[in-house]
Amino acid sequence: MCVAIPVKIVSVAGEEAVAEIDGVRRKIIVSLVADPKPGDYVLMHAGFAIKKWTEEDVREFNEILKGTKA
Amino acid sequence: MKQSDFKQHLDGIHDIADRLARPVKIMEVCGTHTVAVCRSGLRSLLPSSLKLLSGPGCPVCVTPAEYIDRAILLSRRPEVLLATFGDLMRVPGFSLGTLEKERASGARVRVVYSVSDALALADERKSAKVIFLAVGFETTAPGIAWAVKTAAERGMKNFAILSALKTMPNAMEALLQSGGVQIDGFICPGHVSTIIGSRPYEFICRKYCRPCVVAGFEPADVVAAIAMLLGQIEEGKCEVQNQYLRAVSAGGNPKAGLLLEEIFEPADAEWRGLGVVPQSGLRLRDKYKNYDAFSLYPDIKAPAGAEVSGCLCGEVLRGRIAPPECKLFGKKCTPTTPVGACMVSGEGACAAYYRYAPLAEAGGGDESPSFFKRR
Repeated sequence: MCVAIPVKIVSVAGEEAVAEIDGVRRKIIVSLVADPKPGDYVLMHAGFAIKKWTEEDVREFNEILKGTKA
Repeated sequence: MKQSDFKQHLDGIHDIADRLARPVKIMEVCGTHTVAVCRSGLRSLLPSSLKLLSGPGCPVCVTPAEYIDRAILLSRRPEVLLATFGDLMRVPGFSLGTLEKERASGARVRVVYSVSDALALADERKSAKVIFLAVGFETTAPGIAWAVKTAAERGMKNFAILSALKTMPNAMEALLQSGGVQIDGFICPGHVSTIIGSRPYEFICRKYCRPCVVAGFEPADVVAAIAMLLGQIEEGKCEVQNQYLRAVSAGGNPKAGLLLEEIFEPADAEWRGLGVVPQSGLRLRDKYKNYDAFSLYPDIKAPAGAEVSGCLCGEVLRGRIAPPECKLFGKKCTPTTPVGACMVSGEGACAAYYRYAPLAEAGGGDESPSFFKRR
């Protein structure tokens, strides 16, 4: 139940944002992270962004998933 | 992570276990870790002297049956529309069945992905009283705090929560105080720690001298965390280490922390399996009691009841037994006919063991993914 996944913010309107993962988009709430902007990656849990991720964080996550971390 | 990195950690675990030459028990507190461990067959790759215990970190599993019965009674009120995470639908109460059965009988129970969806539902259905079943740990609680604050700011009068929100560090202490199980170290929950940071576990190290490592949720993360814990145990250290650097800082998420502080206050909370754990729950502050379903419906009380005879969910949640040691496991109690909450939730230890039994129990063998084969 504490699952969280990284998503990319597409657009921001106040506390709401549209986020995307693998082509799937949904509205999320971004008021728990500082200064969210389109293009940012965030860790999302139950519709809320709970932490910003850098591109390096996302790359590390994807590499771990693929089992190819250098 | 390259296979060689994974193997390096695994070899390190075996080397330290050989040098320690004694049984070591590590608890993975979080249900998501339990699933990761079972799904990957990781247990089958560990030394026989090292045991992983599943802990109380599945929020659905530790929600008392009385809470479910109370939610069912609320759903029978004509004005009430219950909104809930899907995991809770099939959890049995003491005597009134499940929310799923109640919905089949006509009650208005809606599964939502997010508390923000429940708030939107209240906005659409102004004639209904939307009550969100607030079950979860620190990861989930800030979103629920946001929903309550937003409802208050908008002057919404048809939204409320029934809080069974809980916090993890005090429950970890309760496990250590209750005794009856050897816990040499904790794999601490990753996304709970995204919110609270890694510092709140320091008292476990100071007071009880147990090492703690905050870990991510991929098998590679977990095996790295186990190696870090064993390293501490061998060196006689008791520190909080953070393996999950991409998601967790020492101080956590300050915005979420401030919001939690504003909306909730700590309260004693009942945990299935652990009983009442002091200051381990989150209760709405008085200022927000108009959004507290407990305050709004004080007359709704669930009938007294007892756990189903033979169900050992409580023992599983305390790490005292592994799920297959329960006589109901896989016989009377399966994911399609769950008796206890630990078999209902996808993150429940019993459900994880049942689903991935060949990997979790068979000692690896031909069913272990080739990636994880050690030698």
